[in-house]
Amino acid sequence: MTNRKKLIIAGAVVFGAIVAISLSDSSTAKDKEVVNLYSYRQPFLIKPFLDVFTQKTGIAVNVVFAKKGMLQRLKAEGQNTPADAVLTVDISRLSALSNAELLQPIKSSVLEKNIPAQYRHPDGLWFGLTTRARVVYAHKTRVKPGEVASYMDLAKPHMKGRICTRSGKHAYNLSLVASIVAAKGEKAATEWARGVKANLARRPQGNDRAQVKAIKEGICDVSLGNTYYMGAMATNEKKPEQKTWAAAVNVLFPGQMSQGTHVNISGAAITEHAKNKANAIKLLEFLSENFAQKMYAEQNFEYPVKAGVPWHPLVASWGKFKADSTNLNEIAKHRSTAAKIMDRVDFDG
Amino acid sequence: MNVTQATAQIGSSTRSGLRSLSDGWTITSIIIAALVAIPIITVIGLALSPEENIWQHLVSTVLPRYVRTTLALMIGVGIGTLIIGVGTAWIVTTCKFPGRKIFEWALLLPLAIPAYVIAFLYTDVLEFAGPIQGMLRDMFGWSSPRDYWFPEIRSLGGAIIMMTLVLYPYVYMLARAAFLEQSFGVLEVSRTLGRGPWQSFFSVALPLARPAIVIGLSLVMMETLNDFGTVDFFAVGTLTLGIFDVWMNMNNVGGAAQIAVLMLFFVLLLIWAERFARRKQRFHHTTSRHKSMPRKAVSGWRLVGVLLACGLPLTFGFLLPVALLINGALGHFEEALGGDFLASASNSLMLSGLAALFALAVGVILAYGLRLRGGSFLTSITRFASLGYAIPGAVLAIGVIIPMAWLDNSIDALARQEFGVSTGLIMSGTIFALVFGYVVRFLALSVGAIEQSLGRITQNIDGVARTLGASPSNILLKVHLPIIRGSMLTAALLVFVDGMKELPMTVIMRPFNFETLATQVHQFAAAEQFGQAAPPALAIVVTGILPVILLSLAITHSRILSADIGEGEN
Repeated sequence: MTNRKKLIIAGAVVFGAIVAISLSDSSTAKDKEVVNLYSYRQPFLIKPFLDVFTQKTGIAVNVVFAKKGMLQRLKAEGQNTPADAVLTVDISRLSALSNAELLQPIKSSVLEKNIPAQYRHPDGLWFGLTTRARVVYAHKTRVKPGEVASYMDLAKPHMKGRICTRSGKHAYNLSLVASIVAAKGEKAATEWARGVKANLARRPQGNDRAQVKAIKEGICDVSLGNTYYMGAMATNEKKPEQKTWAAAVNVLFPGQMSQGTHVNISGAAITEHAKNKANAIKLLEFLSENFAQKMYAEQNFEYPVKAGVPWHPLVASWGKFKADSTNLNEIAKHRSTAAKIMDRVDFDG
Repeated sequence: MNVTQATAQIGSSTRSGLRSLSDGWTITSIIIAALVAIPIITVIGLALSPEENIWQHLVSTVLPRYVRTTLALMIGVGIGTLIIGVGTAWIVTTCKFPGRKIFEWALLLPLAIPAYVIAFLYTDVLEFAGPIQGMLRDMFGWSSPRDYWFPEIRSLGGAIIMMTLVLYPYVYMLARAAFLEQSFGVLEVSRTLGRGPWQSFFSVALPLARPAIVIGLSLVMMETLNDFGTVDFFAVGTLTLGIFDVWMNMNNVGGAAQIAVLMLFFVLLLIWAERFARRKQRFHHTTSRHKSMPRKAVSGWRLVGVLLACGLPLTFGFLLPVALLINGALGHFEEALGGDFLASASNSLMLSGLAALFALAVGVILAYGLRLRGGSFLTSITRFASLGYAIPGAVLAIGVIIPMAWLDNSIDALARQEFGVSTGLIMSGTIFALVFGYVVRFLALSVGAIEQSLGRITQNIDGVARTLGASPSNILLKVHLPIIRGSMLTAALLVFVDGMKELPMTVIMRPFNFETLATQVHQFAAAEQFGQAAPPALAIVVTGILPVILLSLAITHSRILSADIGEGEN
């Protein structure tokens, strides 16, 4: 046998082995009941829920977790996609998926009963499972009552050098800006962003928790953040120093006298080409029922969408608040405009 | 006729003799290069159909800042890695000092540490709440950050330092290999002609090592351009951040691809400019009497300088980060070792191992194809196929996903039509797809190492072997592969180590329920749970140490080998 033949045969064997591995890998659990998920949420956050779901229904859940490229992957895979459902945070991702026509409308009396109309797509393309408010964290003594009553106050001169925030391009901040565009128009939103930028104590960086830490350290007095981070910090046994960060600030719900506090959702949707559609619906329904809603509230400090499910005591201690009632779909439409506004004022520069 | 001309003639005549027989190789090379190039072509294709024209908006707003920051980052990291890489390589090759043998391989170790990991480690130490600033506050009685100034780690400067610390080994590795190969004779001549040691270094040793150093530097530049983790964590607005902003926040994947393609052009321009600048130069050994450079013993303040020069990059690029990782991992080993850790580790090893093998095979085929029959088409397509390294991983992943899913869906449609059965997606979302992605991403590493090594073997050897009746593939297997096996090892190990660190492609393209060490680090680090992120990060580093040591041995060894074979050009 010549060397070339050896080379070719060796190559073919390796290739064959890899294809075999790949195939066996993708064909596991063919006869079992399954539901396949593409998830924007980290596995360790959602695994407890999925484990209980599997226990109760016998339906195994497979997960791919990714934040970028999920939409392109679904789109490329087309009708052969293995994904049945998508779990995400932030309305913009759900609306991008529905705009790309990758989702299918679902009729489910359970979902419609459990989820208030403003937190689901009118045709059932997506469903909100929890809500979180974008609030202002304010230092307990350095910020006087009434100094920040609305988001608009953050852009006013008295806040000069006192604000910290994560990147203006982060999904959570963009949704907030989009909600301001929806409420007051692009020009007003641009001026607002410019005003906040002028009031920043430092260049935008880090995540929402890092801003509260900065308040504790005296770098700034107020920051923007999602509500559940406060819960995660205040009860953090693994990193007790985070408790001291949380203890330094109050949670303020801006806009109580005006538009209301901006609220976003985590949600789920069923893909257009779902192979296990019935199982996927079962999973969504499970996530909207008391058990999972309570778990969301207790473990992740999120607001359950289902009425009557108790909030975590800590979350409840911040009080009830008026949420911006603008339809989330409407806010998502201004997302790209919001991103451009942040460029125009060079928010992160 | 002088000797050089004669060599050139022999070279070209043997080449034309090989031409007809090498067509098989040429065709194979072109097909393989084209396959690897498909994802890059796909990215360019995406760039041709943006959802909306972003440029007017970008140019009038943030683009100038993106470009400025990107250039500053590249220049900073370039200069940093050049000074550290070339300097330490020269020191360990030409000086004799205690610990030299250890430094020889240890200087490569930072290669095993992902840039995003070193970034979060140093931020923990150097930020306001970290131990250093805490100590300073205690010492001087400061209380708030308004009382004093301390350099901000989350800045352009911070990013330059972090990347320099983990990327300089590319330059070090190639520079050292080049210095080892230089015969002392050349330097001796230079010294006899009245040049001092410094002058000789700058006017003889450095120019001779230039092609190798440039390869190292271009790898550094490409890694700098494709980095997302570090610049995102430090909030340094580079073009790469711009890509993801346009993609995710403006829902414009086409616009994002346009920025990526622009960056590619920039890389191509740099590479071309460098090659153009030395187009008239050839680098050969002119004598078979290779004499290794004698190492000069250093002592006194020189010794201190030498130890500092080698010790500092090693300390800050490896020892300190590893100590911090171990410290962070303490108390988390038990929970980390349970659960998915072993599965993640074996997934990482399998993916990186397979990627290394395939990238090596493809690298050998392409580099040998180039040698048999250069030709501008084959050269261009090979260079093009190696560009994956300069594209951010997540963007390249889309370039892989789209054509692969298209192929899968076409096969499925055909099967449905002809046989009434659905094959589903055969390759998409499998390990095979992921390995292919890795090869596309890391091909530059293997082609670079192998091409450089093959290029140093005189064409006369091929001529002789051909005269004796050997086929091109026989020559490759019997003659070249044994000579370049050191470089082959280098190529495979580089891909392996980079594969262990790979994150963005793995995240997007992976199968269901599939974790690697890097995705575990990412999952926990993204949630700021550094304790849980530390054990898998440590595992990546530990896994990288052995290959890195092997790498160093391969470099030393290849030197001995090429000396044995004698590079008798004339």
